[in-house]
Amino acid sequence: MIATSSHGESIMRYSAFSVFLNALRGNKSWRPAWRSPVPKNHYDVIIVGGGGHGLSTAYYLAKEFGITNVAVLEKGYIGSGNVGRNTTIIRSNYLLQGNNPFYELSMKLWEGLEQDFNFNAMVSQRGVLNLYHSDAQRDAYTRRGNAMRLHGVDADLLDRNTVRQMLPFLDFDNARFPIQGALMQKRGGTVRHDAVAWGYARGADSRGVDIIQNCEVTGIRRENGVVTGVETSQGFIGCGKLALAAAGNSTVVADMIDMKLPIESHVLQAFVSEGLKPFIDNVVTFGAGHFYVSQSDKGGLVFGGDIDGYNSYAQRGNLATVEHVAEAGVAMIPALSRVRVLRSWGGVMDMSMDGSPIIDRTHIDNLYLNAGWCYGGFKATPASGFCYAHLIARNQPHETATAFRLDRFARGRMIDEKGVGSQPNLH
Amino acid sequence: MASLITCSHCGPRPKEEFTVKGDAAIARPAADASEDAWYAYVYLRDNPRGRHKEYWHHTSGCRRWLVVERDTVTHAIYAVADAAAQGETA
Repeated sequence: MIATSSHGESIMRYSAFSVFLNALRGNKSWRPAWRSPVPKNHYDVIIVGGGGHGLSTAYYLAKEFGITNVAVLEKGYIGSGNVGRNTTIIRSNYLLQGNNPFYELSMKLWEGLEQDFNFNAMVSQRGVLNLYHSDAQRDAYTRRGNAMRLHGVDADLLDRNTVRQMLPFLDFDNARFPIQGALMQKRGGTVRHDAVAWGYARGADSRGVDIIQNCEVTGIRRENGVVTGVETSQGFIGCGKLALAAAGNSTVVADMIDMKLPIESHVLQAFVSEGLKPFIDNVVTFGAGHFYVSQSDKGGLVFGGDIDGYNSYAQRGNLATVEHVAEAGVAMIPALSRVRVLRSWGGVMDMSMDGSPIIDRTHIDNLYLNAGWCYGGFKATPASGFCYAHLIARNQPHETATAFRLDRFARGRMIDEKGVGSQPNLH
Repeated sequence: MASLITCSHCGPRPKEEFTVKGDAAIARPAADASEDAWYAYVYLRDNPRGRHKEYWHHTSGCRRWLVVERDTVTHAIYAVADAAAQGETA
């Protein structure tokens, strides 16, 4: 079960047999899933940000586009950012033309991911239900479901009795927001978020990509109008192409080349409860407030709500938002009132001006930008990396990501899925 | 986020009484300004990591618009002033 990677070091292919064999050996021969290399002087491509999107970009650059002289620079450790701070939900229930084929590509990549990168990411297509509470909301969900079907994505409009059979503990007869039914995407679900980071890191590393942790980019060096490399906490590193994937810190990195972005950084909190017996089989979202919940395999309810609303680079939020999320949760599932919350955490979201992301070239020829994921970046991890790798390797956008242009705001081509205009804390 | 905002009119009040609007450092261009100026005003943000001036409305208090200077990393509040007193317009 030992294979040799492109750079001559042996990697271990994971399988049921390898688990069994290592158990017999007393679990002493497992090796680290990726190396901790000293940075080289120069790389063909440097990716700034070792989160989900940076790592998946490196993985697909190496695997699909044959570019292996790549470094991923991460200022903290792998999994310390938003890839380990989300509520692990995957779905492709988007309405708009610019969004839907992209998120459906992501869903298809999720469906084959574990075989593809040989890592157990616990992809669970348990179904995502969006509850509706009024005739108008039902009509809006019907339109969304029809748009999804026209894009070849599964969507089912469920009536009240069907939802009641699936989720009898919901507050169906709430006086203000009675539940009338739900829009369901059966192929939606959850994925173990840390394993996504680890799997992509291991897959990229085994193909020759250097993953350099605790390496903060502090400056970008330019000569004759092109980027020549980056100043980092581990010294200068040269590059042929520079690809930014810094999520909530995108503005901080873009400031290094005096590029102003249509982005504000905001804090989003997420929560997990004490472990319970199997209770919620699907991902369920409240239609009368911002609340979404699923149950992890360990039994904890994983849930979240809206962003706190003010600009923040702190990975922690405010108690008022905790209270608001808990109220929405109890309004949807009254039984939650007796559940204790174990942990909460915050992540820094790169909120764009229309709620949709940017995967594009910039005004500098060899500088690329991947940002503006708002709080929907996790589900997009595979397609974001695939399309960004396509853009970096071929210098033209992937066919599903042609709308995510940086200049779309100036050209009036916004992708405003929620329809609230250029107010980032409302998306 | 700090739990208290010291309103220029009402004194220290819980932040839940206030509603945040956003960046107060951007200035509204003249009506006949260039498309680039309007694009920058509507869409581009400094988004600083550190000190940030922003509009907060004392919704459940005196209902005045305030300019609050705040740190986006520590959430500490440095200064609060009435928006009109600064000659600002939202």
